[in-house]
Amino acid sequence: MALKLADYKTDVHNDWCPGCGDFGIVNALQMALAEMGIQRDKAVIFSGIGCSGKTSHYINTYGIHTLHGRVLTFAQGAKLSNPNLTVVAVGGDGDGLGIGAGHFVAAGRRNIDMTYIVFDNGVYGLTKGQASPTLKLGEKTKSLPTPNTNYNVNPIGLAVTSGFTFVARGYSYDVRHLKDLIVKAVNHKGLSFLDVLQPCPTYNDINTRDWYAGVDLAKESMERHSRIYKLEDTGFDPVVHVAEEAEVNEKMAQALIKSLEWGNSIPTGIFYQNEIVSPYSERMIDKIPNYLENPPSAQNISQNGLPTTDISKLLDSLQV
Amino acid sequence: MSSVDFSWLIGGPQGSGVESGANVFSKVCAEMGYHVFGKREFYSNIKGEHSYFTVRVSDKKIHSNVNDVTLMASFDAETIFRHFDEVAPDGGIIYDSDLEKTTTDDVHTLDNYFKERLHKFLESKNKPFTIPGVLEIAKEKGVKLYPVSFKGLLADLSEKTQNPKLRGLVRMYNVLGVSLSLGIIQMPVDSLLRSLDSIFAKKPLVAEINKQAAIFSHDYATEKFTGFSHSLSGNKKDPDTILVQGHFGTAMGKMVSGCRFQSYYPITPASDESVYLESHELLEVKHDRPGSTLVIQTEDEISAMGMMIGASLTGVRASTSTSGPGFALMAEALGWAGINEVPIVITLYQRSGPSTGLPTRHGQDDLLFAVHAGHGDFPKIVYASGDIEESFYDTGRCFNYSDVFQIPVIHMMDKFLSSSVVTCKRFDPQKITIDRGQLLEKTDGEYKRFAFTDNGISPRSRLGLDNGIFWNTGDESDEYGHITEDPQVRIKMMDKRMSRLDLVLKQISQDDQVVSFGVHDYTVISWGSTKGPIIDAIELLKKEGINIGFIQIKLLHPFPADYVKLLLKDAKTIIDVEANHSAQLGKLYNQNVLGDIDYYILKYTGRGMTSTEIYDSLKKIVQNKANKREILSHGA
Repeated sequence: MALKLADYKTDVHNDWCPGCGDFGIVNALQMALAEMGIQRDKAVIFSGIGCSGKTSHYINTYGIHTLHGRVLTFAQGAKLSNPNLTVVAVGGDGDGLGIGAGHFVAAGRRNIDMTYIVFDNGVYGLTKGQASPTLKLGEKTKSLPTPNTNYNVNPIGLAVTSGFTFVARGYSYDVRHLKDLIVKAVNHKGLSFLDVLQPCPTYNDINTRDWYAGVDLAKESMERHSRIYKLEDTGFDPVVHVAEEAEVNEKMAQALIKSLEWGNSIPTGIFYQNEIVSPYSERMIDKIPNYLENPPSAQNISQNGLPTTDISKLLDSLQV
Repeated sequence: MSSVDFSWLIGGPQGSGVESGANVFSKVCAEMGYHVFGKREFYSNIKGEHSYFTVRVSDKKIHSNVNDVTLMASFDAETIFRHFDEVAPDGGIIYDSDLEKTTTDDVHTLDNYFKERLHKFLESKNKPFTIPGVLEIAKEKGVKLYPVSFKGLLADLSEKTQNPKLRGLVRMYNVLGVSLSLGIIQMPVDSLLRSLDSIFAKKPLVAEINKQAAIFSHDYATEKFTGFSHSLSGNKKDPDTILVQGHFGTAMGKMVSGCRFQSYYPITPASDESVYLESHELLEVKHDRPGSTLVIQTEDEISAMGMMIGASLTGVRASTSTSGPGFALMAEALGWAGINEVPIVITLYQRSGPSTGLPTRHGQDDLLFAVHAGHGDFPKIVYASGDIEESFYDTGRCFNYSDVFQIPVIHMMDKFLSSSVVTCKRFDPQKITIDRGQLLEKTDGEYKRFAFTDNGISPRSRLGLDNGIFWNTGDESDEYGHITEDPQVRIKMMDKRMSRLDLVLKQISQDDQVVSFGVHDYTVISWGSTKGPIIDAIELLKKEGINIGFIQIKLLHPFPADYVKLLLKDAKTIIDVEANHSAQLGKLYNQNVLGDIDYYILKYTGRGMTSTEIYDSLKKIVQNKANKREILSHGA
């Protein structure tokens, strides 16, 4: 039976603020799952802590709402043990790039075949609007007592240099485009990262929906001036086509340059994609040849309550 | 034939082959039918600091080290300075005669605190601060001295074998020390040669050189060093004996129990277990295709914990292995596993804290931390093994407990166990059972992960199971696993989870909770690795007509208060033995049994207890000459 969009929704009451950018992301995620026709019980949404952490409760698949900053660790453990699962991890920018930054970098190095979506709004909403890692230096959102004293993290740049093999940015109010990006991210063979710009209507009074739409710019020019544009519309080619150092370097470098664009023109779309780098499962197969046919979750360990693992050779080697 | 109880010590700078020397010696003695109990002591250092290995050998089953050294094999000055006084009057010291001019100031790794104590001692004996100075003291005590020029020995060997490479080959010193020792105690050379063959099986040329050196130095000792008061010519071997290192018990226990996922971050003394599991990651499985243990080295212990939980959620038996500092980082996620009823096993190889503490030394100071780890109220099990053989079977128990009760289990081990090398009965995998509790193979209809049930345990789905969808959250949740802050659901959920502690006490067999070795007027209570030295000390006292009881508490949380009380009802004097400062088991006893501890025998130098020390303290207690807190300090 074909699954419909409604099948991926739970009836859990959604308590995000009216106008929150998170709604667009959860809708896009549900649409993507429906479009791909992924069986509900073969998909797991892992989430971190904060407003975005509640995402897993709103989606009718397996849903694991983890700890602040640790979402990638739980998600990777599950995917490694059962590689047949479709695993999507979600969390805020404070969760993934502040408290969880170490895991972010380490996950990139592994390149496990799963997707990580960061809800990027520049503030810690659920604790009343403190500065998060993506807020620019010197900016003062409304509940900060003084302007932000830290330089911002560049999520796209950090992902590219940490080893993520699919790096993209979406905008939560462009749900169709975001849905397309999620589909591509999930279908990518390796670890995919999606930085989703997501206005927090309650605490971020700088990067608002109107700001992204360029309403302030429009006033001056009397024209429509959305700050957001799509890389694909400019003929940008993010894909590493050949396994040559020069090619990889060029694609990484152009992604980094694009990642620095901000202000009046903000790129979305795919910045970098490299399917030449081996996913982690291939590295496991080098050590454990039948890893994918017989992963941890598929292994039988007992018969009639007794162990079936045979360690007699090991014990023989210790016999005196 | 008189009984054999022989302690051999080999020492030298870290990286000079002390450990491999001791492994050869232990293997030879074990092959010759003796019981072996060896223990390694080392600094937190890669090369150069002093490390030593004590191997006790007996024709009877032994469970500990003793204070007296019978024969010491040294090839550097520091070993002599640090250990000369441990050698018993009828013992011997093999030393490098080229060191005869060495003073304490020549040895830059001798720290000032030790040097000061040594100088004071030498002054009191009117001896110079030199190798001859300390050796004279030993000699006056009756110790036999066996001077050998290691350089000269190699030069002679090099000449004899026409192999110039051997000259000055310092890394052969350990084999020379072992072979000289075996010559002195009249152990036949064949077993030594076999042992070298097996150790260097992949490097036949190295094996050949080592064997030549072994024969040459064994002959040298047999010829020159006769008349030593101890000889070990062989013993009747117990069938099915294995020689194991400390971490083999839990590692093999994990393989057999079906642990298929282990995540870890490197830390002493726990990571040996993970490295061993990865070295043997491919597993033979009866009547099935090969299995495997996925061993993942993570970026930190928080990740090790998160990954393990993620793995467990897919229905896999998952584990991690760590020590105090790493466990401290795991505390938050431990609570997550607690509230979400996720079965996990944390093997906690304790070392001396607080903080980095004595990072390569022993301690049992994490008991209360393990019991209380994690914020908030949630059920967990803390279970401790007393020796390596036990740890194999206990690992199987821990996995069953975690599955059956859907609860995190902390399996307490320690550095004393991890750096021991002992003979024991071959592990029997068929004595381990596998009980996955209420893990579902399939579900139909509506599924609630945290359904309220009579005994508080809900059937458990796993990620990917058809129709088994569930949610987890670190927030309080309803039966589906969705967040709730409803006060009435909160009461029911807290009660559901916490009721498990009673269930644990009810369902785990009492023999697996506490092991009684007999209860007398004077009875020792203890936990973990002190078991061995306590058993040996009690045995010694028994020979003198002094009966001391001992109960080993294995289940430490929830605390089996009623059973402990029942066992101890006829005991008049309770003695708590532990390797920590604050008597942590004593505190649990006070709190749960509401009784008093009469005496404490405690050690927190970072060195393991010897049976001699416990024997001495127990004797003082019986003679009414002991302090309330007997503090032990033996060991360099």
